[in-house]
Amino acid sequence: MAETVIGFSRLQFALTAMFHFIFVPLTLGLVWLVAWWEWKYVRSGDEKFLRMAKFWGKLFLINFVLGVVTGITMEFQFGMNWAEYAKYVGDIFGAPLAIEATAAFFLESTFIGLWIFGWKKISKKMHAAAITIVAFGTALSALWICLANGWMQNPVGYTLRNGRAEMTDFAAVVFNGTGWLIFAHTVLAGFVTAGFFVMGVSAYHLLRRNEIPFFKASFRTAAVFALAAGILVVGTGDQQGVRVAKHQPSKFAAMESQWETEAGAPYTVFAWPDRTNEKNAFEFLKIPKGLSLMGFHDGAAMIKGLKDIPREERPPILPVFLSFKLMVAFGFFMILMAFLGWLKGKRGRLESSPRFLRLMVWLIPLPYIVIQLGWIVTELGRQPWLVYGLMRTADGASASLVPSQVLLSLVLFTVVYGALGVVDIYLLAKYSRRGPDKDGGHIKVSHILEAEGGRP
Amino acid sequence: MTFAIIWFILWGVLWAAYFILDGFDLGAGMLYPFLGKSESDRALIRRSIGPMWDGNEVWLLTAGGATFAAFPAVYASMFSYLYTALLLVLFALIFRGVSLEFRAKDKRASWGKFWDIGFVAGSLLPALLLGVAFGNVFRGLPMDAAGYHGTLFSLLNPYGLLTGALFVALFLVHGAIWVALKTEGDLSKRALALASKLWFAEALAAVVFLIVTPFATKLVVNYLVRPWWFVVPALAVLALVLTMSYAGKGEVGLAFFASAATIGLVTATGLIGLYPNLLPSRLDAASSLTLFNASSSPYTLKIMTVVALIFVPIVIAYQVWVYRVFRAKVAAKDAETDSFY
Repeated sequence: MAETVIGFSRLQFALTAMFHFIFVPLTLGLVWLVAWWEWKYVRSGDEKFLRMAKFWGKLFLINFVLGVVTGITMEFQFGMNWAEYAKYVGDIFGAPLAIEATAAFFLESTFIGLWIFGWKKISKKMHAAAITIVAFGTALSALWICLANGWMQNPVGYTLRNGRAEMTDFAAVVFNGTGWLIFAHTVLAGFVTAGFFVMGVSAYHLLRRNEIPFFKASFRTAAVFALAAGILVVGTGDQQGVRVAKHQPSKFAAMESQWETEAGAPYTVFAWPDRTNEKNAFEFLKIPKGLSLMGFHDGAAMIKGLKDIPREERPPILPVFLSFKLMVAFGFFMILMAFLGWLKGKRGRLESSPRFLRLMVWLIPLPYIVIQLGWIVTELGRQPWLVYGLMRTADGASASLVPSQVLLSLVLFTVVYGALGVVDIYLLAKYSRRGPDKDGGHIKVSHILEAEGGRP
Repeated sequence: MTFAIIWFILWGVLWAAYFILDGFDLGAGMLYPFLGKSESDRALIRRSIGPMWDGNEVWLLTAGGATFAAFPAVYASMFSYLYTALLLVLFALIFRGVSLEFRAKDKRASWGKFWDIGFVAGSLLPALLLGVAFGNVFRGLPMDAAGYHGTLFSLLNPYGLLTGALFVALFLVHGAIWVALKTEGDLSKRALALASKLWFAEALAAVVFLIVTPFATKLVVNYLVRPWWFVVPALAVLALVLTMSYAGKGEVGLAFFASAATIGLVTATGLIGLYPNLLPSRLDAASSLTLFNASSSPYTLKIMTVVALIFVPIVIAYQVWVYRVFRAKVAAKDAETDSFY
């Protein structure tokens, strides 16, 4: 009974979190691009930028609402399915969640309403400020939830008292480097997602010779955005590797399928883990001292191998290992593509590169996949711990639930989320294909002038 | 202990703020098929809550988050015990949010119909189920040291359903007055007339609730110990009467404030009776979760108090400002641009 509840609850959390995270990355990135274009419009008065803000803003909103509603589920699931966890760590884990709601959700939700409906009601500057505030709100939200997650990876600032983990040092929780790195890596990956989304949709229209100046300008901005963010993703990822090696040796060993504890461990480009025999079935291309360099920025450093971690404290090795390798490979591939996009844009060769443009359309889903892989590494790599070294996942589920309850909710989530995903893709595709409105949106220019005191 | 008491009050304030704010847009959603005779009326109703509903809903998330941070054991027990009911609330809120945003994204009639259903059902279910949930909290949950002994259906006892009906009625009147306040002409008139009719259902539910509560729950004990607290339910009744009186005189703005006060005071009435319990047990008093045995450590509560003191006033300030930006009635030409995004 209890095992079934835990199994279903884990599946459900994975499903709802991963589904939520289909929408969040695009939100995190696209909002800054929309804000950027709207400010360009405010500064220059050039209608092209207004049309860009509106077109990409429309796609942003279709995506945004699903991020919001699927986020509600996340807020309550800790209590619904993980009651023992919530009781045990709530004293410390509840705080960042409550702060996220108070400081970030209100900001996003209130100012997005102002932005959607405020075109005629507030000044141009105020309107551009509204979307900028939404952008800060999304980042702030990401920060607090990543600090909460960071605490699960690397619990700090607590003591065990009264049968639970109690917070003793709020500053330690807030300045937990693990959380900040997860935050930076996540948000920057969101920027890459948005960059590839805008490049892909622009490529679609450039291939059809539709609105060429509009989509060339969009593409070029997005390429710079994706390229800069992509490089920073690597930088933050490298720092994360160092922290994981130090604080979560079992995750680090699984990511690299490192079985033996050794000093000056080599980096294996590819391998296939063999769990039964506790070794790699094959290994391809070893870079001497590479793994020690990656984990500790020191070629001689000691790396803890899986063999020195008790079996019941090892994460599932193969999925963590494969996800990590694929994430890294695709990540570098995307940087290359963003660089090519930037170069072609700079040299004015976008329209004359149909094959490149076609590829960019097909690459729209790639960042989404890579981000999911990244979260698999982070979360599956944390197993069997719910809070690393402190509480096991098996001990966190709600004691009061029966399997049928969780099975029902799991099925409902699958069906409902599946349907919402289909609708979202339908709408995004529809409005992406349609392209920008000729007159700058359904808003009549006369209304804008009226609101700003001008004559129609 | 002082901080635990402060957080009990804040907990009540957050729930009250949620009921007052989301109450009118949930109410407008429930009345949508009845008031929205034409497509343009429907667009106007959606538009009247368009800029606000999302910000209003965050009060629920904040109430949930605050429960987690300040009373983790309550958060854990309440949400895992009321699992299926809460699940339905979640799906309702998901459908509602998506409906409001996607409704205008496609011109097909079947598309509009589908999302309209999502909007209406997504408004009714949270109102009803949150009422049922609070009714059961007032009544006490069947829980003891061994855990929880109820199901979704045991929540649907007469008192739970009565409280659910009370919530629905409160929000219906609140929503009708909001639509009357935010629209013009025929729609506004019809909304106000409907509010006056619905008021009788609201008053009936409130009276039955006040009569039954002392028998169905232990809420009355606190009032008997400190009778001056009776002033709160008395004020709730006064606010309820004022709602009708203002609505009758066509003072729609004042009627809305009276209706808001009614919701706030009803919430306060319940929570005063509940104190110091957050989640009482009806089987075994020792298993009740109270602000003494279910709160976070004084250190966490102190941090969270500082956070609340900084952010809640800021939130109130900008939400008030945004309400002021949209204080004008929505006009037909606004509804045209409903499909803007």
